[in-house]
Amino acid sequence: MDEEYDVIVLGTGLTECILSGLLSVEGKKVLHMDRNDYYGGESASLDLTRLYRKFRPEESKPDEYGRDRDWNVDLIPKFMMANGELVKILIHTDVTRYIEFKDISGSYVASGEKIYKVPASEQDALTSSLMGMFEKRRLKNFLEFLQKWNDEDPSTHQGIDLDKNNMSAVYDKFRLETGTREFVGHAMALYLDDSYLDLPARETYERIILYITSVTRFANLKSPYIYPMYGLGELPQGFARLSAIYGGTYMLNKQIDEIVYENGKVVGVRSENETAKAKQVIGDPSYFPTKVRKVGEVVRAICILTHPIPNTDSNMHSVQLIIPQNQAKRKHDIYVACVSSTHFVCAQNYYLAIVSTIVETDNPEAELQLGLKLLGPIKEKFVYKSDLQEPIEDGTEDGVYISRSYDATSHFESVCADVKDIYKRVTGKDLVLFNP
Amino acid sequence: MSNSGRAITESITRTSESTPSPASAKPVQAVPSRHKRFGSIRVEYLSSLLSEAAVGKSSLVLRFVNNEFSENKEPTIGAAFLTQKCRLEDNKVIKFEIWDTAGQERFHSLAPMYYRNAQAAVVVYDVTKAASLDKAKSWVKELQRQANPNIVIALAGNKIDLVEPQEDSEVLSNIFREVPTEEAKAYALEAGLLFFETSAKKGEGVVNVFTEIAKKIPVEHIMSANRSGSRNILNQSSSRIDFQPDGLNGPIGRRTDGSACNC
Repeated sequence: MDEEYDVIVLGTGLTECILSGLLSVEGKKVLHMDRNDYYGGESASLDLTRLYRKFRPEESKPDEYGRDRDWNVDLIPKFMMANGELVKILIHTDVTRYIEFKDISGSYVASGEKIYKVPASEQDALTSSLMGMFEKRRLKNFLEFLQKWNDEDPSTHQGIDLDKNNMSAVYDKFRLETGTREFVGHAMALYLDDSYLDLPARETYERIILYITSVTRFANLKSPYIYPMYGLGELPQGFARLSAIYGGTYMLNKQIDEIVYENGKVVGVRSENETAKAKQVIGDPSYFPTKVRKVGEVVRAICILTHPIPNTDSNMHSVQLIIPQNQAKRKHDIYVACVSSTHFVCAQNYYLAIVSTIVETDNPEAELQLGLKLLGPIKEKFVYKSDLQEPIEDGTEDGVYISRSYDATSHFESVCADVKDIYKRVTGKDLVLFNP
Repeated sequence: MSNSGRAITESITRTSESTPSPASAKPVQAVPSRHKRFGSIRVEYLSSLLSEAAVGKSSLVLRFVNNEFSENKEPTIGAAFLTQKCRLEDNKVIKFEIWDTAGQERFHSLAPMYYRNAQAAVVVYDVTKAASLDKAKSWVKELQRQANPNIVIALAGNKIDLVEPQEDSEVLSNIFREVPTEEAKAYALEAGLLFFETSAKKGEGVVNVFTEIAKKIPVEHIMSANRSGSRNILNQSSSRIDFQPDGLNGPIGRRTDGSACNC
């Protein structure tokens, strides 16, 4: 490794691997290292041996779960919006050829004691049992208004200015009930809290349109989400493969001992007695503990189940389930993400569910209780807390570009925004995606 | 090479409408149009190469796919997939989809993604370097632990041309065989591997590696375990997401796709 590179990348999380792939394709000489002996960092999918090593180092994995190769347990609960930025990046880079994707079969929202399917279209809205008849009409009008919106054509605006009026005002205009606002904002626009209500409606509009266009993005989708077979950990591996094909060098299981600076600028990375040189270093927060700050905390419970989530339609091999903050009497929503052997992430007849939320109290596990209750009997539960970190500086001074932690949102939109942001800072130009 | 994914599909289609193969000199035959049904085998292509010494894995694939050999081949850049069709004695037609490991194995950093669904692996060593067989053995072990339990593994000792008597030269080669055929063969037998010695340079034994692999894989596995995710017989309610119908190939694939198909 004692060589000069254009860019050294530390950590093989999804953000780092996408950047590594994009930069290699552009002809940059990339060295990509990870302290772990597996790909993916915080966004990895672990086999059982590694899962137990991480969460219960004192225990060995039980024999009843079978072979390691049948398990790919995600550490973070995220699905891909079918019309989202990650899909666009996958198509742009042709990494779709290395990975297969399947649908997530349903999206649910809790209301009172029950869970309901999230209406994904005007038609769905009309048949949903979530609302009364008059409210259904109002929701239909609201969704039609959003879908017909055209910036250039004031006749589609109905007196609303998306950049001036806040979202509450738009809801008021369509006289939507509180419960409807709740599921539109939390289950369609996928906001984690209610602060969006006071902001200009534009972003909420864009999020709802993303939801609706995702549901119709591929044939036969029943939710806006798709998911890679063999788990989310395939995504970083796919981009790492792209990078390697274009000359990127990969070293796993590599201790990173020092980031070397000269006059405040990065010049290389040392591992034991070898030093690789580069003027730009990209990495996840765990490699730069003194250059990041904590902005929050998430708590997640990875659960092994032997049944689908109760009270969902039959054949639901995978679902997203949202408990909006008001229902939970909290400031942030609780999310449940469930996948199964259909996605080759666990042995046959098992299901994997991750319950997660943003930490608000000193007893984070208790904050997940409402979500855990919806799972039925839990065979195995691994609870862990992680800090959400972000870089203090943007890298223009020292040449160090640090990614953000994987946040509590249920999809990859914020990850892609981070990728684009870092890409621009590293290369000095916008990432322009091929758009068919 | 700048075929997009779509172009590959087209060239396969064209071939099955019986365009003669440019590489018809070799025993792999072009596929006439009536043979619409064929299985596809994904072959994972592993090399035992160490960082400083190439054992000729890419040359072997190029010989198989394009029937060509390049003396000073640069390390593989931009080549992801290579495909080749092969007709067996019983008229069974098999499409090989070969994944190049792109050097990720050099520092023992091969992604498990390569093992997924691979129905066969070719582990290559260099007959003139004993250490390369040791490395090959460690890959075999890893494959047997991690990969699909039905995977067919072939061990190929490459570069036998270097240790064969030179016909047209008075100069004696100063390169010696370090791995005796019998030793490697005995190991392959013990570990349950197919065994071959090859010369990518002269084209010796290369096609044989693939035809023997094809014979060894039970036809029902080929039919049921295509890369197209049809392994998913567990749950018919799940639909696989298909990116291809829209012809959605990004500019990167379009620009420098390493795929080749001369079937």
